[in-house]
Amino acid sequence: MALPVYASTGQRVWHYAFRVICGLIFFYLIAPILVIIPLSFNAQDFFTFTPEMLHLDPAGYSLKHYHDFFNNIDWQLPLWNSLKIAPMATLIAVALGTLAAVGLSQSHVPFKGAIMAILISPMIVPLIISAAGMYFFYSRIGLQGTYWGVVLAHAALGIPFVIITVTATLVGFDKSLTRAASSLGAGPLRTFWKVQMPLILPGVVSGALFAFITSFDEVVVVLFMGAAGQKTLPWQMFTGLREQISPTILAAAVVLIAVSIFMLAALEMIRRRNERLRGLTPA
Amino acid sequence: MVQAQRDSAFVQFERVQKSYDGQTLVVKDLNLTVPKGEFLTMLGPSGSGKTTTLMMLAGFETATHGQIRLNGRNINDVPPHKRGIGMVFQNYALFPHMSVAENLAFPLDVRSLGKAEKEQKVKRALDMVQMGQFANRRPGQLSGGQQQRIALARALVFEPELVLMDEPLGALDKQLREHMQFEIKHIADSLGITVVYVTHDQTEALTMSDRVAVFNDGVIQQLAPPDELYEAPMNSFVARFIGENNTMTGVVTALDGSRCVVRLDSGDEIDAKPVNVAKVGERTKVSIRPERVETNKARLRPGAHTLTARVEEFIYMGDMFRTRLSVAGNSNFIMKTRNAPDQVRLEPGAEIEIGWLPEDCRALDAA
Repeated sequence: MALPVYASTGQRVWHYAFRVICGLIFFYLIAPILVIIPLSFNAQDFFTFTPEMLHLDPAGYSLKHYHDFFNNIDWQLPLWNSLKIAPMATLIAVALGTLAAVGLSQSHVPFKGAIMAILISPMIVPLIISAAGMYFFYSRIGLQGTYWGVVLAHAALGIPFVIITVTATLVGFDKSLTRAASSLGAGPLRTFWKVQMPLILPGVVSGALFAFITSFDEVVVVLFMGAAGQKTLPWQMFTGLREQISPTILAAAVVLIAVSIFMLAALEMIRRRNERLRGLTPA
Repeated sequence: MVQAQRDSAFVQFERVQKSYDGQTLVVKDLNLTVPKGEFLTMLGPSGSGKTTTLMMLAGFETATHGQIRLNGRNINDVPPHKRGIGMVFQNYALFPHMSVAENLAFPLDVRSLGKAEKEQKVKRALDMVQMGQFANRRPGQLSGGQQQRIALARALVFEPELVLMDEPLGALDKQLREHMQFEIKHIADSLGITVVYVTHDQTEALTMSDRVAVFNDGVIQQLAPPDELYEAPMNSFVARFIGENNTMTGVVTALDGSRCVVRLDSGDEIDAKPVNVAKVGERTKVSIRPERVETNKARLRPGAHTLTARVEEFIYMGDMFRTRLSVAGNSNFIMKTRNAPDQVRLEPGAEIEIGWLPEDCRALDAA
């Protein structure tokens, strides 16, 4: 957005002020995350930059926190728990959320608004309330403190994200394509897998990403629902901060950031691929 | 007789009604029989029920009442994917994530055809619409006309006996549309398939069809071959809707079998052919085609009534002259004359005498 030659003084001032404001906002959002990265290579067991680090002395840096993270059973167990819980919760959330979104996009479904509101509610109700409610309910049916209890609770939290993203892609979905498939002899199942699914895939994938991150970062519900055997990474970080103040948490944080960036990049690539498909779609 | 009709009926609508809200009927008591191999066009303004009728035949809408039969079998309860009817959609509805060849192979995959047979059929269908070299393109990389051809090939590749087309040429420019009209017609004729075609473009309907069903208000107003529809409209809606028409209202003053005299509201008397007027004194709307208006008295029958007309506007259209006249209080009376060497170009303000053969002026209902 170049400044036009006829811009007035006020417009010039605003043009540059706008850039400064944007820069400040980005700094505010990103700085806390970026600071953690060099700190995680600290050779000392402190949460501060040591004088050696500030002088860029190699002796001030080490991989010892990463070593601890990947070898200490206190961190490995939660990491594996998280990696076992999040994908399963994602799978359930994506399957149910996609079906719900496809169903709710049909014109003949009654009480659409109400059904949608109920399915979305876990996103809106304060987490602590959902967690407390689930705790009492799951205790009654014997799921509290089990792997499946945590998975189902996380799936419930992830479903709203899947419904929202899939519903958004369904809005742009041309209904005559399903009619065309049907006129060519394809039954409803084949039509769904071969025609509808490939075209709404980007919505499904971004919904899956949100559901995964929701489960992977979640600490409140798992504190209620999980037993020691289901201790996840965020849970360990939470207790690590409160009880041990171990800098290993910084290494864990950097690993999580790397995972998040990787997933966002993957999502962006899928989105671009789809836009290429859609950009060439007849109007 | 009824049995013979049943046998020749490939598609048959019997007392079919459709209502979306349970109150107003979009299609009212439709009876329509399409013999095998016919190119039938359903023509009408939007909201006339033509698309709803097509969708009921395709199976995407269910009839509220009545029976739809295909090849003698009641298909009311057959889901669309089991009807085996090819369909070309208004927006083509090509699958954007598949190549042209994959689009065409889709109905063949459903029918579990072998690889070699599938490839051969896809190739033959593409060659038929002259799109052989585009097999590996995506639909998005093709122009509108090319997509239209692919949509046509996809609807034909699994060799259905009945193909439905829902305004397939609506999005194309005029020249391409006219070209495709002939091409679709030729393909349909050479394959011997039955086609039910929906359009709101009357030229398209007249050019392509064996028979045209003119829809209005959920009812077929007239079902006839194109020439009959144009030259002998059965009511004033069809006369208004098909082609250009001059209409004037009046009262029947004399009625004698195939001829009648109508006194127009202006007091002038004219000759007409009674179509749906039954008795003297009835109000009627007479309809005459602009190209059937005659200025040369020598060509009229002796004793024919003529009217005095004032020339309002003369438009040169190349092959035709289009003259706007004031006749019997109607200042929008159009006369079309061929651009022939002996044809005079009329000056605005000139007064002329016009008349017509009684059979060219049809006395219709006053609606």
